[in-house]
Amino acid sequence: MRHVISILLENESGALSRVAGLFSARGYNIESLTVAPTDDSTLSRMTIVTSGTDAVIEQIIKQLNKLVSVAKLSDLSEIDFIEREIMLIKVRAVDQGREEVKRLTDIFRGRILDVTDSSYVIEVTGDDYKLRAFVDALGADNILEVARSGATGIGRGEKSLKV
Amino acid sequence: MELSGGEVLMEALKEEGVEMVFGYPGGAVLHIYDALYQQNSVKHILVRHEQAATHAADGYARATGKPGVVLVTSGPGATNAVTGIATAFMDSVPMVVISGQVQSRFIGSDAFQEVDCVGITRPCVKHNFLVDSLENLASTIKQAFYVASTGRPGPVVIDIPKDFTTPGITVPFSYPKEVEMRSYSPPTQGHPGQIRKAVDIILSAKRPMVYSGGGVVLGNASEQLRTFVKSLGYPITQTLMGLGAYPASDKLNLGMLGMHGTYEANMAMHECDVLIAIGARFDDRVTGEVDSFCPHAKIVHVDIDPASISKNVAVDVPIVGNVSQVLEAMSEQISATEKRADPADLADWWAQIKGWASGNCMDYEASTTEIKPQSVVEALWRVTNGDAYITSDVGQHQMWAAQYYGFDKPNRWINSGGLGTMGFGLPAALGVQLAFPDEIVACVTGEASIQMCIQELSTCMQYGTPIKIINLNNRYMGMVRQWQEFSYEKRYSHSYMDALPDFVKLTESYGHVGMHIENPADVEGALKEAFALKDRLVFMNFVTDQTENVYPMIEAGKGHHEMRLNPARELA
Repeated sequence: MRHVISILLENESGALSRVAGLFSARGYNIESLTVAPTDDSTLSRMTIVTSGTDAVIEQIIKQLNKLVSVAKLSDLSEIDFIEREIMLIKVRAVDQGREEVKRLTDIFRGRILDVTDSSYVIEVTGDDYKLRAFVDALGADNILEVARSGATGIGRGEKSLKV
Repeated sequence: MELSGGEVLMEALKEEGVEMVFGYPGGAVLHIYDALYQQNSVKHILVRHEQAATHAADGYARATGKPGVVLVTSGPGATNAVTGIATAFMDSVPMVVISGQVQSRFIGSDAFQEVDCVGITRPCVKHNFLVDSLENLASTIKQAFYVASTGRPGPVVIDIPKDFTTPGITVPFSYPKEVEMRSYSPPTQGHPGQIRKAVDIILSAKRPMVYSGGGVVLGNASEQLRTFVKSLGYPITQTLMGLGAYPASDKLNLGMLGMHGTYEANMAMHECDVLIAIGARFDDRVTGEVDSFCPHAKIVHVDIDPASISKNVAVDVPIVGNVSQVLEAMSEQISATEKRADPADLADWWAQIKGWASGNCMDYEASTTEIKPQSVVEALWRVTNGDAYITSDVGQHQMWAAQYYGFDKPNRWINSGGLGTMGFGLPAALGVQLAFPDEIVACVTGEASIQMCIQELSTCMQYGTPIKIINLNNRYMGMVRQWQEFSYEKRYSHSYMDALPDFVKLTESYGHVGMHIENPADVEGALKEAFALKDRLVFMNFVTDQTENVYPMIEAGKGHHEMRLNPARELA
């Protein structure tokens, strides 16, 4: 099953590679991994999207907690949470296709950021499911380039992931 | 007090109570060695290879329970240390490794003797640090010792760029009294609810089995284990790493389990209805095929590392905590309740176990013409009254030492169980002997393993360590040969040892005593003679039976109930 794990990580050199190294050394899947600073300059927040059986996910969480650089961790998939990812996608846009791509972008609440005679760059935000749906709707033939940020997530309600 | 980085390090080691450091100098640690030269509280042991420095510190740590300390230079100094760091990591040995690094402004420039030490060691340390300033050096050392020696122990590397140890560049020194690390809080107390649940299951057992591991030795919980097991009268088996935590001579002890464990221990594992795992990690050499592991058992697992729980085998009642505290709590609850396992069930269970044990699975064919390696270990036990510190290398001799030297005390059996590092035995013995100069220390090895760190005979000469080396020389990498015999139709691909040195001459050239023993009748006398030389290192080269195999054995993919027994025993 797919899990979204949020980690508060000590903001120090090498912390990222400890997490990345753990996943490769123990053969765990990484679908995506994002990391950026938080409001607290001593902490980074990392979001990992992974998948595995319940036993594997349990081990992943335990092994992550064991890393000395990991200050706090939450398996967001265990709670009610919001997942977002941004995708920038460059598509061919010519003739009648220009209008169709524009319409699809509106349906998916995307924005067109760059326009040329033959192409658009579109920004779409959403969860993994929505982004894949948009890619499918555009059709592989029209897509010139895809850049996805990887997912980030946060729990609903007042309860927060804090040190 | 204003100190340079080198002096900060020396003062910090003194504050940590470090009595000796195992190391080898080089460019990036010259400043540190200069500070070392100008102080008297920390002794330095100069090895001949950095791998040996880590193994010696490891042996010291396993015997004393205190962190072993290593000092190496950058580049090859650090990479040579990696095998020993990984060895300590796999067996959860507390160790602090200080490595020099090129000057901070040269990091990343492929400078002379530069490697990314923190990167290379990351997968085989509990934690590591690249020191970022002279100001943070003291607190980093404090954290390193704290992390290495608390929770599930392990090696910690501190990589120090050379410019932070420059003489004359100083900082005000004060060593932190406390450590506060928000991202590291080792567990201590087991959860009372889980302990209650466990005790309930333990006292409801019909066919109970206690399986204890290296965590009991590391957690200094041997006394608590003895009290717990004796109050219950349950059978106990230990892993290779756990030997000595429970006395081998006690009647409740079924010996070692796993790949080369006893028949009765493995059968009891297979048939038990409640398994009490204490400070053990369900290693593949212990479990055999996991699908057929303890098929009838409810499993209680006590371990300080949550990640060890349900990693290889799913357990019913996990208890995360300090092993000695949890054992004490369980013993208290047991003495507070009237409830006990049904004595009739227990008697039936013991009768079944005695039946398995009656086959004497450790019997081997005696010989008057060839030295049987097992007999050498048995004689070693007699000559040392079963009370020596025994280190070993890796292979058949390691298993025979584990099987035939009955350890009654913890911290006495020192071997590389997890990583299986050949070359470990001699430097580890050096570390043990330096920690305990008046104790008997023997290294059981083979002619293949000993050659991997044999240069340390020189270090042993320099520091006058009277180690006794028991070389079971069968002219083969015996364990490789054994697997080739069983699984590769006797195609002995590169498992022979040709062009061996004359070990007696070699030993003598280092200034030690060498002995060569070929005749079975001479074994015990030779051992007595060697151990009588109390202040000399003696290298005993026993020419042993080339064809002897380690039995019993669980082969790959088999369960505990499918052991291969010694064919000689079946004939008898």
